[in-house]
Amino acid sequence: MNLAHIFVFTVIGVMAAVFARWRPSLWSIVRPWVMLVVSVVALFWLQPGTPIRNLAFWLPIASLVFTAGTWAITQKIARAELRPTLITGLVIVAVVMLLALLREVELPFTFLAARPPSELLVVIGLVAGTGIVLLMGRAFNLKPRALTLGIVVLIGLLIALKLEPITALLSTGLRALNAQNTAEASARDLSWLGFSYIAFRLIHALRERQNGKLPAMSLREFMIYVVFFPALTAGPIDRSERFIKDLRAPYSAEAADIASADALRRTLIGIFKKFALADTLALIALNEINAGQLRPGLWAWVVVYAYALRIYFDFSGYTDIAIGLGRWFGIKLPENFNRPYLKPNLTQFWNSWHITLSQWFRAYWFNPLARGLRKPSLHLTPVSMIFIGQASTMLLIALWHGITLNFIAWGVWHALGLFVHNRWADWSKTRGWAETSGAWGLLRQVGSIIVTFHFVALGWIWFALPSLDLSVLTFRRLVGQ
Amino acid sequence: MKKIIRIGLKALALFVVFNLAFALTRPVPSLGRLSLYNSVFPGRQRLPWGENAARDYNFTLNNLDAMFASHEIARAKPADEYRVVLIGDSSTWGFLLRPEDTLAAKLNARNLATADGRPMRFYNIGYPDFSLTKDALLLSRAMRYQPDLVVWLVTLRSFPIAAQSHALTQANSQEAQSIAPAVPITTSTRSSNLESARRDLADLVRLQLYGVMWAATGIDQYIPATYEPLQRDFDNDDSFFNLKQPLSEDDLALDVLAAGKRIAGTVPLLVVNEPIFVSDGRNSDIRYNFFYPRWAYDQYRVLMLRQAATQGWRYVDLWNAVPPGEFTNSAVHLSPTGSQVLADQLAVELVR
Repeated sequence: MNLAHIFVFTVIGVMAAVFARWRPSLWSIVRPWVMLVVSVVALFWLQPGTPIRNLAFWLPIASLVFTAGTWAITQKIARAELRPTLITGLVIVAVVMLLALLREVELPFTFLAARPPSELLVVIGLVAGTGIVLLMGRAFNLKPRALTLGIVVLIGLLIALKLEPITALLSTGLRALNAQNTAEASARDLSWLGFSYIAFRLIHALRERQNGKLPAMSLREFMIYVVFFPALTAGPIDRSERFIKDLRAPYSAEAADIASADALRRTLIGIFKKFALADTLALIALNEINAGQLRPGLWAWVVVYAYALRIYFDFSGYTDIAIGLGRWFGIKLPENFNRPYLKPNLTQFWNSWHITLSQWFRAYWFNPLARGLRKPSLHLTPVSMIFIGQASTMLLIALWHGITLNFIAWGVWHALGLFVHNRWADWSKTRGWAETSGAWGLLRQVGSIIVTFHFVALGWIWFALPSLDLSVLTFRRLVGQ
Repeated sequence: MKKIIRIGLKALALFVVFNLAFALTRPVPSLGRLSLYNSVFPGRQRLPWGENAARDYNFTLNNLDAMFASHEIARAKPADEYRVVLIGDSSTWGFLLRPEDTLAAKLNARNLATADGRPMRFYNIGYPDFSLTKDALLLSRAMRYQPDLVVWLVTLRSFPIAAQSHALTQANSQEAQSIAPAVPITTSTRSSNLESARRDLADLVRLQLYGVMWAATGIDQYIPATYEPLQRDFDNDDSFFNLKQPLSEDDLALDVLAAGKRIAGTVPLLVVNEPIFVSDGRNSDIRYNFFYPRWAYDQYRVLMLRQAATQGWRYVDLWNAVPPGEFTNSAVHLSPTGSQVLADQLAVELVR
C-alpha cells in the first residue's frame, strides 16, 4: 500500500462514517456490501505487476476462487442461504467484470498494475472458477478428507511460492503458456498479493471447521473476513469468530465516533511510522548491497540497528494503517505489536512481535504438538519437549517468510535463544534470582532489554540478507574483522 | 464526528502555520551550515554529488553551505598544515574513482611537505561538470577555509561562454553573478517555490543520513564493474561549440579565470591545463577526442600560455601528461593509474 492507496481508502472510510451518521439503518444494510466491493477491488488494485502476461489479473481471481472454495467446503449451506449466496457471487463476478472492462478505457492514472486480459478470457476464467467452487460445495462440503486436502493444498501452494526453484519452475511454465521468453523466468515473477495471509486465514477456517469451532458465515461474510482490504498486504491475521462479531455488531453513533477518531489517529501514526521513519531508515539500513561494503567497526552496528528499527516501523506502521482503516468500517483488527524492542526477554519479545502470526502458530502447531509430545509412550523429558516445541515452531515461522537457508538460520537463532532463555529462567528461579527489586532490579531489567534487543537485532542479519556467507561477513565486520 | 472535524481543522491550521513560517523564514540556506560531518561522521573527501543516491550513498544538492559543511575541509585547520585546495571538473572530483584514487588522495599519499617542513594536505573541491564559473563559485567558498595554495585544473570544455550555465551557478545565481558579471547566468526557478524549498530541506536531512553510509562503507560513488569506454573514433567533424576559427579570447570566459585570481587574493594560484585523451583512431587527425577538434584545442593552449604570461598566472600545461590507456569513460576521466601519473607530475610542479 502506498500513500495514494491509503488516501483513497481513508476517503472511502470518511465517506462511510458520514453516510453511517446520516442514514444509520441504511448503512447497516449497505456496510457489508461496501466492504465486500472495496475489498475485491483492492485485491486487484494492490496486486503488484508481474512480467508474466495477465498474471496480475489472474492471481486476485485465484485468491477469490480459493476463498469461495474454502467457504464452500467449510460451511453448511442451507437452502434459504442460496439466494444471498448467489447475489454475493454475482456481485463479485460483476466487480471483476467491471475491472476487466478497464482494458477498454484509457485512464489518466495507473489503476491496475497491468492491462486486464480480454473480456472473453475473463469470462472463461470466471466460469471455470465458479464451476470449481460449485463442485467443491457439492462434492466436498464438510467432508473431513476435503478439509484435510484443503489444508494440504494451501500449504503446498505456500511452499511452492516460497521455494525459489519451484517458483522459478512455475514461472517458466506460465511463461511458456503465454509464449513468453522462458529464459527470463524468475522466482520474483510470482508476487501474489497477500497470499501468505490469505492462506493462513483459510487454513484457520479449515482447522476450526475440523475442530467444530468455525462460526456459521455467509459467503459474503467469509469473503470479507479473508480479503478484508486493510489487512491484505501485511495482516494482521484475525480470527474468524472475532472478526464476525465486529462485522455483525449493530451500528452505534457513539461507538462510530470513537472508532472514527481512533481510525484517523492510527492511520496517521502508521503513515508516520512507515513513510517518515521506516522509509528514511531504509537509506541506511542493512541490505544485500551494503552488507558486502561495510568496513569493520562501530558504524556497521549502526547499519544493523537501522535495519532493526526500520523493519519494526515498517511492519508496525502497516499494522497501524490496517487497524486504522478497519476502524472506519467498525472492524477492530487485532494488534500485531506491543513495544517488542522494550521486552526484557525473547519469550516476551515473541509475545509482542507479529502477535497474530505467533498466535496462529501457537494454536495450530505448538499446542497440538505439545499435547502430542506429552504422550507417555514417547518418554520425552519436559526439557526436550520444550526444545522440540519451540524449535519446530520457530522454524515454521521462519519458513513462512521464505524457504531459504537464511530464514532457516534466523529460525534456528531464535529457537536457540528461546530455549536458552527458558533454561536460564528456570535456573535463575531455583536460585531465587528471578524476583529482584530496587535499583538492582531496575538495572537488571534495563540490561535484559538491551541484551534482548541486541539478540533480535543481530538475528535480523540472517533475515535481511540473501546468503549465509554475506551474513557471516556482516557478523565479522561487527566484531572488527 | 465533531472530534474528527476538530482534528482535521487543527491539522489544517498547523499545516498552514508551519508552511507560512517556512515560507517567511526560508531557513534552508542557513540550516545547511548545521552538519554532523566532521564531528559524528568523518568529513567527506569530495563534495557531495551523485546520480543514484541509493547506490552512491551520495547525491547532488545545490546548498553550498551544506556541501562544504559535509567536506573534510570544514574541520579545523591544524596549525602546521599547508592547505592546498584542488578546484576543477569531474576529473578532479574523480568520476569512476574511489575516494582513495582521486588526484587529491594520490597527492596526499605522497606526504609532500613545504620547504619549511609543513605537511601539505590536499583537499578535493572538484565538482562535475564543465564550467569555470562553477569552479570560481566553489573557489570563493573554499577561500573561507584558509587555503595556502589553490590549484585550479581547467580544460577548454569549461571555457566557452555557453558552458558557464551549471545547476550550481543557477541555484546560487546571485553569488555566481557577482563573481562573473559578464557571464549570462539564469536563475533556477526551482529555488523560488515552497515545494522545492521543502525538497531542499529533505535533502539536508538525507545528506546527514548518508553520513552513516559514508562512515560505514567509505563509498561515495558507485563504480560499476564495466562501463562504456570513451570514444576513440570520430565523425569527420571539427566543430566546437559553434565557434569559428581562429579561437579568440572573446570566445572564452577568461574573465572568470581572472575573477578566480582575484578571489584567491594573496593565496598563490596555480592554473593547470588538465590531461586529455589523445586518440589515434578514425579522424584523429582532426580531433583529439570526443570533446576537442585539434584546431580549437591547439589554439586554446596557445591562448592560455599567452594569457598566463600577460596576467601573471602560474600556469602548467599537462595536457598530454597521462597515457591514452589511462582514461576511462571520457576524454578527461582518469583511471587510478592515470590519477597517479598526474599526481606525480603535479607533485614535481608543486615542489618546484
